Amino acid sequence: MSDPKETSTTVEVVYRGIFQKTLAQRICRSIVLAARKRGHTGTAFARYGDSPERNGVPAKQFAVVAVNDLELEASMAKYEPAVVDVSIAVDDTLVKGVESWAWYGRQPIWKPVKKDGFLLVTSDNSPDEVLAQTDKAERPYTLVTVPGGASFAGLWVFKDDHTDYRVLGALAKIAPDWVRLDDVMALIKEQTKDESAVQSAQYGYDAAQLRPVKAGEGTSGHEKLQFDKPGWTTMRPGIVVDARKPGERNPQFKKYTARTLRPVVNFDTCIKCTMCWLDCPDECFEVTPEGHYEVVYQACIGCGICAQVCPVTDCIVMVDELRFEDNEDKWQFWKKDHDGYNKWFEAKSGVSADPKVRTPAARQEGSSNANPSANPTSASGGDE
Amino acid sequence: MAVQVKEREHQDVETEQLMSGCEAIAEAIRLADVDVMAAYPIRPYDGVMQAAAKLIANGKMDVEYIVADGEHSQFEIVKHACAVGSRVFVGSSGVGWFYAFEAIAVTAGLRLPVVAICGNRALDDPGAFGTEHNDSLAVRDLGWLLPWAETAQEAMDLALMAWRVGEDKRVSLPVAIGLDGAFLTHSQQIVKIPTQAAVNKFLPRFDLGDRLLHPDNPITIAPQVDQDWLMEIRMQNDQAMRKAHDVVSEAHAEFKKLFGRGGDSPFLDEYMTDDAEYVVFGQGTLALPMKVAIRRLRKEGHKVGLVRLKWFRPFPTQEIVKSLSRFKAVGIIDRDYSFGSPHYGGVLYNEVRSALYSQEKRPTIVGFIAGLGGREIEQPMATEIFEKTKAAASDIKSGDICHWIGVRS
Repeated sequence: MSDPKETSTTVEVVYRGIFQKTLAQRICRSIVLAARKRGHTGTAFARYGDSPERNGVPAKQFAVVAVNDLELEASMAKYEPAVVDVSIAVDDTLVKGVESWAWYGRQPIWKPVKKDGFLLVTSDNSPDEVLAQTDKAERPYTLVTVPGGASFAGLWVFKDDHTDYRVLGALAKIAPDWVRLDDVMALIKEQTKDESAVQSAQYGYDAAQLRPVKAGEGTSGHEKLQFDKPGWTTMRPGIVVDARKPGERNPQFKKYTARTLRPVVNFDTCIKCTMCWLDCPDECFEVTPEGHYEVVYQACIGCGICAQVCPVTDCIVMVDELRFEDNEDKWQFWKKDHDGYNKWFEAKSGVSADPKVRTPAARQEGSSNANPSANPTSASGGDE
Repeated sequence: MAVQVKEREHQDVETEQLMSGCEAIAEAIRLADVDVMAAYPIRPYDGVMQAAAKLIANGKMDVEYIVADGEHSQFEIVKHACAVGSRVFVGSSGVGWFYAFEAIAVTAGLRLPVVAICGNRALDDPGAFGTEHNDSLAVRDLGWLLPWAETAQEAMDLALMAWRVGEDKRVSLPVAIGLDGAFLTHSQQIVKIPTQAAVNKFLPRFDLGDRLLHPDNPITIAPQVDQDWLMEIRMQNDQAMRKAHDVVSEAHAEFKKLFGRGGDSPFLDEYMTDDAEYVVFGQGTLALPMKVAIRRLRKEGHKVGLVRLKWFRPFPTQEIVKSLSRFKAVGIIDRDYSFGSPHYGGVLYNEVRSALYSQEKRPTIVGFIAGLGGREIEQPMATEIFEKTKAAASDIKSGDICHWIGVRS
């Protein structure tokens, strides 16, 4: 153990709005409290602009730890840290980008991570699989994975699945100058009186995989979405903005980075009942010439309501967003290459395109990260 | 409301009538062809509401007259009516004005040119109907234009100016005309009522342009914004207020040409100041007792005068600097209070002193709080104000005092 070379460190937690708010808060608070055990001081805070939090929309909370109060003040002078030492993403699909509100654009997950900093992701996928969906790096950093799916542990009732303890254990591995494993374990012991929670921190420490990332590694397949905000001379006066015209979607706030799961449609079994089109809260469905409904992935937030209201079994299947490299609508694919599309559908969803063949086991695997609003029975762990 | 407007055209000649300030405002509502007005009773504003209702009942005016369930609704109604392109009128007084405060604040932010009167009244408690300017002045920072009238004639004239200036696209801000309760709202004076043709020439049709809320023009007004946007929005309001100065000047020149009234300056009304050494400065009806005092004191050889402020917002800084730097001392009479402010002075006192701060040549500015709650400024009080102003002239620091006039100890 050594004394920190820096005088302060900043950690951000990128999380899915509202579902993971308590989780992010617990992680940030625990970082400060664990660091306090070795005499550091710190602060934990949420980004004000995230509230009111929209379901699934990427949001941020922060922990700043410093050697003394003066250094802490120096770090706090900028309310939202532009540079962080560690960014923690508590859902691996967040590596596809962060679009938090209108005109924010889609930012690479590593955008605030300093050179040679860390990106810590909870994921059951390998570091290389996660990296393959992360924007091409502009500067070197270390990608760290700690086992776990997206934990939707809740807001008012926190169903603790130990994600926070695993994350803190992994953090102790990469930032021991600030957060030591024994301090983390002592803190969890005090807070929970639960030895299994303490062991989850040890597990996070042991199971964390470090993958150094060089500049240029990662994907260039994600959409570039950046805006220059207008100034007072170019804004319309009177707090007036153009309304959306019929059929037009908001070009300044696409919201697809809210997705943990995406709906995939089996056009063969669709009965054209309009339910998905009618109930989609973001009006994502477009009617095809045949009267089917295709998802416009540029607008879909992955809420899962379409899959819930669809009366046909496995016609709309919610699938882990990390399995998709593109954001293109799929009806054209099905139209041009029916068999190819159905093979693709089966490969992605784990569900047979033929309704006579039932494949429940495969489908469950595909839905392991289920958003509770899409699949209320999927949240794991804890007590109610 | 389908009220038949009778015989307006062939009666279109300038007339003279004996009417109160409230009735003069009602005539202005008629002449401006207001589309929607909202009413809720509170004295002294209710005088306008009654006078307007009478014009409608007598078939002389066609306006959508909405009696609201309170002042907040009253101001919300006209704000929304304005957003869909209606020319609107509203008003209140004292604590009624404060009850509407949320709506008042957002109206300026939305740049909707609502025209209101604030029938100035002391804030309850204690209950008092008489005039005090704190109700109007409470909105001084929010982006409302704030003219003050001295006479019933000026009330009508300023109202016509208010629609023209407020609705001008360069400005697009709400206007609240200050009318002193009782002295102006409920006193009857001879008022010249202009012809409809002349008013039509002065006052173009209200046109919100591409900000009109209409199904053919899909817009969203006032979406949620955060720190990313708010400073730019405030900056737009600041710029609109800066432009309002010149738009008031233009409107004043045009008004004078068409109607032959309004004085030399759009912003200041000067009385016997050509050779004056000591002047008092204030707004509203207190000008009347001060003019009487000036005539009396001049007979005794005192070189005294009056500068009356006609527009508090936009504050005519340059005009005030130019005017007041001619004098040895200026007594600022505030019919308002600003407890705990610099030197415990009134609002006007501190604003005028601030305007003069960087001037090399500046008079002693001494403060007076007088006439609160409608208390009369009697001649001995006026004399005392001039004496104290004159006494302060020798030392600029002696202006760091604010005197309460006519208060029992």
